[in-house]
Amino acid sequence: MIRCEHIYKSFDGKPVLEDISATFRPGEINMIIGRSGSGKTVLIKSIAGLFPVDEGEIYYGDTLFTSLDFRQKKAIRRDVGMIFQGGALLDSSTVEENVRFPLDMFTDQSMAEKRERVAFCLRRVNLEGAEKLYPAELSGGMLKRVAIARAIVMNPRFLFCDEPNSGLDPVTSIVIDRLIYDITKEYGITTLINTHDMNSVLEIGEKIVFINQGRKGWEGSSADILHTDNQALNDFVFASNMAKKVREAAGR
Amino acid sequence: MNIFNLIGRYVALMGKVFSRPERTSVYRRRVMAEMETLGLNSIGIVSLVSVFMGAVLMLQMCINFESPFIPRELMGYATRETMILEFSSTVVALILAGRVGSSIASEIGTMRITEQIDALEIMGVNSASYLILPKIVATVIFFPLLAILSIFVGLIGGYAITLATGIIIPDTYLTGIKLDFRLFSIVYALIKMVVYAFVITSISGFYGYYAKGNSLEVGRASTKAVVVSSVVILMMDLVITQISYL
Repeated sequence: MIRCEHIYKSFDGKPVLEDISATFRPGEINMIIGRSGSGKTVLIKSIAGLFPVDEGEIYYGDTLFTSLDFRQKKAIRRDVGMIFQGGALLDSSTVEENVRFPLDMFTDQSMAEKRERVAFCLRRVNLEGAEKLYPAELSGGMLKRVAIARAIVMNPRFLFCDEPNSGLDPVTSIVIDRLIYDITKEYGITTLINTHDMNSVLEIGEKIVFINQGRKGWEGSSADILHTDNQALNDFVFASNMAKKVREAAGR
Repeated sequence: MNIFNLIGRYVALMGKVFSRPERTSVYRRRVMAEMETLGLNSIGIVSLVSVFMGAVLMLQMCINFESPFIPRELMGYATRETMILEFSSTVVALILAGRVGSSIASEIGTMRITEQIDALEIMGVNSASYLILPKIVATVIFFPLLAILSIFVGLIGGYAITLATGIIIPDTYLTGIKLDFRLFSIVYALIKMVVYAFVITSISGFYGYYAKGNSLEVGRASTKAVVVSSVVILMMDLVITQISYL
């Protein structure tokens, strides 16, 4: 479980996040949604520890993450996997080397054991046979799948996904969504997904936190999202004609 | 950003770079790979520039010191001393600052803006140490070898020009380059090259590591890395020269 309490974050004196509190449970798809520039990425990166927060507390389980020093945070990070918007694979390494990287750095496994684990993770994301390819040779969907394989190779307890569907076609988006959903359920991971893709929200979202202009605008389930009176959330969710038709079909 | 802030961030980054590596075997492999990328791949440019520089130096000496009171052996001697004391360390370092420095800054800068550095941090890797330390170790080991290569190739260039033009007798040149040889000159050149290797790699790594924004910013970081490295190299040249002759 991850718990945030009264998070504040600013850059050069300009507030980006103000008083954000939320709890994200394990084995559940937790989604952070909001318009571009609303502070979603800053929030997920702050929770992941990439940005130090100005005020507030972040708990990983019972551990107060924000009070830990550099070395203690490093220990927690072995339990964290993250999928970045662009994949963030190491350009000079092959798919196999990318997925194997955390094992090389933090385990004493033999090369055979590491190869076996990498092969398992690549099979899990349906990428057998891509081991020797470089990131520049992969499609957008393959990049994301390699990033997922790398994120799960160390059996993380916490998984962060920063816009995992950006730049993907709808079919590939669904594949990635299902993969993240299945992995979350299979391993009981606490998964946080940052997205503005409403298809993903309705497809796999369980708990939704809506960020509006740096503040928490709404919190609830994906079922509740179609029936809320929150004006800012409605403006965001039903911005497209397709979403409006979904609302009409839902009887509103 | 003022100069004190800049120096403070540089020192803080170096503190992070020189902290204990997570896994020595991985770092050792990276040092070997960087030796190839930053060292071996620079042999061509260093050799090319050195052979022409040695030849031009020899010609300039002969043309400008045309006097019955100056023995012709001194042309070879002066070429050798210039190559060892300044050209093969300082001038080669300035060339390497352009080739290697821009490559380091753009590589690390691109990793920064494509979130590859964030990915390393999330995994619990000390990204500064993982990315910059192997490059520093590789260049500190390899650049002095490039300096020795440059001296050798430069002297061959000087010899070649005596053969090609007959401006002095080749044997006179060979006698000159063996004249009053002091090993300290070589040691001095190698010490300078070690310092320059550190300057080029750490400064370029610094500018790449703190690049932000888009590809335009990576280009700017790369340019700054080369300019600042070159200025610091010249300043260090002055300092080391002063110290060594105290």
